[in-house]
Amino acid sequence: MIRVENLVKTYGEIQAVRDISFHVKKGEIFAFLGPNGAGKTTTIKMLTTLLRPTSGRVFIDGLDPATHQNEVRQRFGIVFQDPSLDDELTAWENMDFHGALYSVPRRVRGERTEMLLTLFELWDRRNDQVKKFSGGMKRRLEIARGLLHTPKVIFLDEPTLGLDPQTRNQLWTQVKSLNEQEQVTVFLTTHYMEEADRVAQRIAIIDHGRIVAQGTSAELKQQTGAETLEQAFLSLTGSSIRAEGADSADAMRNMARMWRKNR
Amino acid sequence: MTTIYVLWLRQLKRYVRSRARIVASLGQPLLYLFGFGFGFSKVYEKAGQGNYIQFLAPGMIAMTILFTSIFSGIELIFDRQFGFLKEVMVAPVPRLLIMIGRTIGGATVALIQGLIVAVICLLAGFRPSLSSIPAALFFMLLMAILFTALGTAIASVLSDFQGFQMVMNFLVMPIFFLSGALFPLNNVPGPMAVLAAIDPLSYGVDGLRAALIGTSHFGMSIDMVVLSTLSVIFMVIGARLFSRIQL
Ligand SMILES: Nc1ncnc2c1ncn2[C@@H]1O[C@H](COP(=O)(O)OP(=O)(O)OP(=O)(O)O)[C@@H](O)[C@H]1O
Ligand SMILES: [Mg+2]
Repeated sequence: MIRVENLVKTYGEIQAVRDISFHVKKGEIFAFLGPNGAGKTTTIKMLTTLLRPTSGRVFIDGLDPATHQNEVRQRFGIVFQDPSLDDELTAWENMDFHGALYSVPRRVRGERTEMLLTLFELWDRRNDQVKKFSGGMKRRLEIARGLLHTPKVIFLDEPTLGLDPQTRNQLWTQVKSLNEQEQVTVFLTTHYMEEADRVAQRIAIIDHGRIVAQGTSAELKQQTGAETLEQAFLSLTGSSIRAEGADSADAMRNMARMWRKNR
Repeated sequence: MTTIYVLWLRQLKRYVRSRARIVASLGQPLLYLFGFGFGFSKVYEKAGQGNYIQFLAPGMIAMTILFTSIFSGIELIFDRQFGFLKEVMVAPVPRLLIMIGRTIGGATVALIQGLIVAVICLLAGFRPSLSSIPAALFFMLLMAILFTALGTAIASVLSDFQGFQMVMNFLVMPIFFLSGALFPLNNVPGPMAVLAAIDPLSYGVDGLRAALIGTSHFGMSIDMVVLSTLSVIFMVIGARLFSRIQL
């Protein structure tokens, strides 16, 4: 479903992604793990038509995102690392807007919206403006929205960031059940190793823009002689903290946060 | 078509829901209308120019459209900062349609605000000629499209709010003050006349005056040609810049 060959992205001096290759099978849940600044979001952006690779090749369902933008866009759903809902609109309206942009026929749009909002326990709140939602509710709504047009792949970039353990747990259960029901391929990133261990069938670990290991959780543990995935992760990526320059996305996040507070 | 419609609808919903914004944006024209209107009317009439409210009202309508349109365009920066723009940008639809939908939505909002101010002007004693209301509406629409497209173009190259203040001070305010919204362009000194002649809003104000009170500086057909041409040009530039946005 996803095939990546020798993918490279450089931002001026910074080499965010250095020659990575991997593939994700249809219907698989694939975890893409790595420390802050490893290049996860940058890779997702290249897979989802938002960023052109410096070099290398990408195929989503056999299509190149650079040359078949709209066909590729129709085939994936995405939950970005940062929020992307319209706070002034209701949950229903956010779904409906998405469905219209993806040309989901009106009847199907209504049925799927009901099914997904019910699954993610938001149906009762469908007519509330999103600005009245908690962080967990917003995140669930984003996932529901990403699945509305029945994509073949869904990209989840740290979907559980800032959520409590109960919500995280439940969220993965819901994602798993959809993966089984609809055979949607799931490409996820998270900093919670136990989540990846639980839901992902295969895992790739990226560090400094390079893939340092890939395989099942058991294989990674065996390879490093570790008890848990977290230990395996630490032994593969080292335990030093990543020095990260505040990039423009970070600056933007801070601005948005400040703006929200001041309103 | 659906793309344009849903983006248009979104702008309208956001407008209707932001009551604070509606009230705040009407404050300024009210202030000018009553402050300048009643303050200057004696001076203006003594100078033999006729009724100042009659003269000022089209200027106030144009001003409202200018500010609302530019703001609607600039709202793009908000969408970018709050992340919603990403949702739109990964959708399988051409960016051109997104830009058109947004612009028509913003222009509709500006047109509504302009109409509200027109009603307020009527209540304040403004008496336009009714026969040319269609022409007046057409001028309002052209201004709304032109300045929303300009706002979108600007917002496409700005990435944060800091630039926004600059745009207000060095672009929008001069556009407003040089346009003849507050004073007649007939006897202004040479350099200012030149600036007024390159200010798009001058043609909007002038066209509105031509339609509503029957006086004009440039002539109604010139106003119409200039505004239509500029609307198309700004739409094209806006669409270009918009489709180049990198997230
Ligand atoms: N627009 C940009 N311009 C310049 N450098 C960038 C840009 N976006 C990301 N980078 C840099 O690229 C590298 C990889 O960033 P990326 O966002 O892909 O990391 P990540 O793995 O998603 O990290 P996190 O877990 O913190 O989200 C970092 O060094 C980052 O500073
Ligand atoms: Mg990231």
